[in-house]
Amino acid sequence: MEEEKFGAIIVGAGPAGSTAAYLLAKEGLEVLLIEKGAAPGGKNMFGGRMYSHALNQIIPDFWDQAPVQRAVSKETVTFLAGDQAVSLNCQDLSWVSPPYHSFTLLRAEFDAWLAAKAEEAGAMLACGIRVDDLLIKGGKVAGIIAGEDEMLADVVIAADGVNSIIAQKAGLRKKAPEPHQVGTGAKQVIKLSAEAVSQRFGLSGNNGAAQLFVGDCTKGMQGGGFLYTNKDSISLGLIVGAGQLQKNKYRISDLLEEFKESPHIAPLIDGGEVVEYSAHLVPEAGLSMMPQLYSDGILVTGDAAGFVLNLGYVVRGMDFAIASGAAAAKAVIAARAFNDFSKQKLSIYQQFLKESFVLRDLEAYRGAPHFLEIQRMFKAYPQFAAGLVSKMFTVDGSPPEHLMGKALSHIKKSGIGWAQLAGDGWKGARNL
Amino acid sequence: MKKLSIEQLLGIDKFAVDDEEAHIVLNKEICATCPDKPCTFACPACLYTLKEDGEIGFDYAGCLECGTCRVICPKDGAITWQYPRGGFGINFRYG
Repeated sequence: MEEEKFGAIIVGAGPAGSTAAYLLAKEGLEVLLIEKGAAPGGKNMFGGRMYSHALNQIIPDFWDQAPVQRAVSKETVTFLAGDQAVSLNCQDLSWVSPPYHSFTLLRAEFDAWLAAKAEEAGAMLACGIRVDDLLIKGGKVAGIIAGEDEMLADVVIAADGVNSIIAQKAGLRKKAPEPHQVGTGAKQVIKLSAEAVSQRFGLSGNNGAAQLFVGDCTKGMQGGGFLYTNKDSISLGLIVGAGQLQKNKYRISDLLEEFKESPHIAPLIDGGEVVEYSAHLVPEAGLSMMPQLYSDGILVTGDAAGFVLNLGYVVRGMDFAIASGAAAAKAVIAARAFNDFSKQKLSIYQQFLKESFVLRDLEAYRGAPHFLEIQRMFKAYPQFAAGLVSKMFTVDGSPPEHLMGKALSHIKKSGIGWAQLAGDGWKGARNL
Repeated sequence: MKKLSIEQLLGIDKFAVDDEEAHIVLNKEICATCPDKPCTFACPACLYTLKEDGEIGFDYAGCLECGTCRVICPKDGAITWQYPRGGFGINFRYG
């Protein structure tokens, strides 16, 4: 008797894995979706917001059925410097009618929902199983090994997250990412009433707010803070370059507590109750940390492939994960027509990624990670911006100075060189 | 809001600790040769501590499974890192 063999085994029931499983199951493939957590989402966390466009392509009007928290109507970027905080704030109410621009989410419930969609479509979901290794036959990936069990498949899709052990086992990634390629994120979910959330952020109905912070919150280290409003809680956290904490002798858990106490945050979370503390790595180096995306019998998707884009004012991960899961499914379907899952046939995955926005956008913003490594972005510029704008609003009887003069004298005082300012401005405008 | 210690924060989280198998194992002989010991600052759960005799103390219970230690460890072979066995470890209820 022939051994049972799946059309595809997908490792990891996050957004990339569940999307691939959903689409492949819909095509009638025998799909096994393996999740190491006790339930999908149990190991997953993110900042707090998903841009809708990618999932809406796959499950139109998903918001009618998915456990979303709030549709984001308000975007804010805030520079923090001591007593001063200067924000750029944008509200666009077209974002909160269909097709909703973005939603805040909680991953435990959302990922469980998406995995259930894959199950409904016919995928077999197996939770509480850690994939230990890949089954290699004749130099090709032929399945997975979990404990004593071996399972065969035409193709394995690695959707096992930023630490992708599977991509490494397949030899697609040589070793763990470098410290400068990832950020350590830490987050607290803080429970409040829905009314308090709406009132404190000036939100009507179930509209939501997303806010990013730069400056004091990371003590000038590369990284920043984030805040997302859920229905009746707030996701508040920090991301700091993984290599930076040791150098500066800070612990991110302490920094987050300090951030919560700062006068810019404390009133927003007053009376709230912390219901979870979580941490995760964020791939931040874009294309420069991308592993080989495919080989004989295997594809790599989502965070495992480093598909995250951070522009400082926009941070995207889930839309990339979902679209890359979809591209992987498409590639498997294409390879299946030839019953050939060789590296050569699966190479069409890369083409699908380029045709979707995934590689197109990562390539367009290829310079962003490098630009955001400039130390001035995290201390000198936030101080400069906050100081200058504060001065603009200050009336204290001192002699008048026109805006140009204010700006010039402020630049002089900041210690940022003209050449640096011009260079950074030029680079920023071109790369972000 | 009152400041919370890392012990209090981890106390809020839900873990299924695997008493039989540690998912992260240190080679303390290698750790002893590491001058900077970045793990003692970088771990968001503060599970790596510096004991008075300079040795690294480590407890895998309370691990949030982020992988920071694996990435920042400068010594090859010092940290053997894998996820906990299926069903064990951190269980995010919100995420």
